[in-house]
Amino acid sequence: MSLRQSLHMALKSLAGSKLRSLLTMLGIIIGVASVIILVSIMQGMSQQMLSEFTKMGTNRLEVSIFGLGESSRTVGVADLEGLYRGHRDVFGSMSPRVDVSAGVSVGTKVYPSTKLAGVSEQYQQVEKLEMGAGRFLGYMDVKERGKVCVVGPYLARTAFGGKAVGQAVKINGDAYTIVGVLAQRGNGSRGSEDDQILLPYSQARQLGGTVSSFVFATKDASQNREGRRILQEMLYGVYRSNDAFYIMDNQQIVNSVNKMNGTLTMVLVGVAAISLLVGGIGIMNIMLVSVTERTREIGIRKSLGAKERDVLNQFIIESAVTSTVGGLLGIAVGVAGTFAAGIIMKMAMAPALDAVAVSFGISVIIGVFFGFMPARKAAQMNPIDALKYD
Amino acid sequence: MKIHDVNTLIEFEKIDKIYQMGDSEVRAADGVSFKICKGEFVAIVGQSGSGKSTCMNIIGCLDVPTHGHYYLNGRDTATLDKNEQAEFRNKMLGFVFQQYNLLPKLSVQENVELPLLYARIPPAERARRAREALARVGLEGKCKNLPSQLSGGQQQRVSIARALAGDPSVILADEPTGALDSRTSREVLDFLKNLNAGGNTIVLITHDNGIAAEAQRIIRLQDGRVVYDGPAVDAARVQFAEGVVG
Repeated sequence: MSLRQSLHMALKSLAGSKLRSLLTMLGIIIGVASVIILVSIMQGMSQQMLSEFTKMGTNRLEVSIFGLGESSRTVGVADLEGLYRGHRDVFGSMSPRVDVSAGVSVGTKVYPSTKLAGVSEQYQQVEKLEMGAGRFLGYMDVKERGKVCVVGPYLARTAFGGKAVGQAVKINGDAYTIVGVLAQRGNGSRGSEDDQILLPYSQARQLGGTVSSFVFATKDASQNREGRRILQEMLYGVYRSNDAFYIMDNQQIVNSVNKMNGTLTMVLVGVAAISLLVGGIGIMNIMLVSVTERTREIGIRKSLGAKERDVLNQFIIESAVTSTVGGLLGIAVGVAGTFAAGIIMKMAMAPALDAVAVSFGISVIIGVFFGFMPARKAAQMNPIDALKYD
Repeated sequence: MKIHDVNTLIEFEKIDKIYQMGDSEVRAADGVSFKICKGEFVAIVGQSGSGKSTCMNIIGCLDVPTHGHYYLNGRDTATLDKNEQAEFRNKMLGFVFQQYNLLPKLSVQENVELPLLYARIPPAERARRAREALARVGLEGKCKNLPSQLSGGQQQRVSIARALAGDPSVILADEPTGALDSRTSREVLDFLKNLNAGGNTIVLITHDNGIAAEAQRIIRLQDGRVVYDGPAVDAARVQFAEGVVG
């Protein structure tokens, strides 16, 4: 029997009993839809995480120093600058970072959400900051403890209407001249990474901040491991303890996110495979019932000259069509569900195309695989008994 | 190698068919021998349990004898594998059943196309031959209907059209009038007679002597044996003499 005729007949018999077909396909629909939704959500989340880290640059190391409480051993800016200069082959740039809490105001208006940080002139390179206007802090600003600063686009927009360069912002009552405005990186909103003021770290220390961390950029992300080793060795040499400091390696985080992503995907695929398997068993079950119900039809077909292969093909195609249609419905539900999840979680979510392709492929294979047993039962029926069956 | 008479289409040679029913054996056919030639209209008649259904199944390549040989068109059917049996059913035989045995979800034309489908005839040719066969039974206007939309007599004509569509050597009709009233039975029988007059070989299986009398020749079976094989006109007399009024 021709493939087209078989397909036509299979679709007709599916359409003939809609509720039953839907229930038969339900397992496959749920299986395929859940694979697509779960994988898409996971990929969306890890994509978002990765894009944040790659925006910062994967060649970035951040050293946080907690100290050892009562111990007098400390590491200062000069120590780490010395280290940096001694390893220019590994490190491209470095900057200390001093987090300050101080009152920010422009005119009479107070900006409590704005974060303040003291950095060096190399901070721009380490963090890959782009300027929207003006210039970044310079070597002399740091050396001379200049009362200058660079502001984020939020402050430039809301306090100065976009023309902030040359204006002054008050920090703890002292006026600081704005020499530059950073280009927008995030969503530009209040309290975001775009709502900050950077000033020379030397000046920031005057405001009561202590050097709490250092950021380093290696020449290339592949040197992160070496950079980490150098820092680790030096800091351990001072503190004799790994609890006094922490080195965050962006590349390492990206790697572990990727690895976690891979592992989670495997777990999801496993869960999905089980649900598709259950769906396949559902199809097999209904196909077995269908073969018994249609015993007489099989007898008639055989009496008219259908070979075992013809009957086998007919039932396998019917089963494959059932699972394929189920797979397509599952894709529709999965894609819709992915967008719905994106709206609910307020994330840009796109259906994972690989999950769509794989789950669809698997559902077709399942139809053929689980259709085989019932189809063989039909094909091997004795024509006389089948003709007599009521 | 058996010498084959070109005019002989069906030859039963000492056919036994033994069914195992639990511990006991049932001899449904017990040394049945006969020949049917091309162009004959033969009725195989007998009461239930006489072995006529067994003979019909064997003629139809739906079953194989326990002992003996069945030659269809000179070929010993014992040598056919399952696929060849299916091919023989497809090419050599056209079945007409008591219950019509049309597929309810297919249209009349699709039903008639089925044997052609299994003969792997291309769609256009299939449709043409199916319509031709339907025209021969006077149902060309009902191609798109479902079988359930037709009367019993019309459905039986569809099944005859289906049997004709594949242009088989033998039309094997199993109680074709069993489910019909006397008027439509008459129509169907006349139709079979017309087909025979047009050169088709017809084997009619029935329990009804009146129907069997429509054939040229009668093979009467009783308890798995042939008790009469001869012209239909003599059959009534023989039957009367033996006192086996069915």
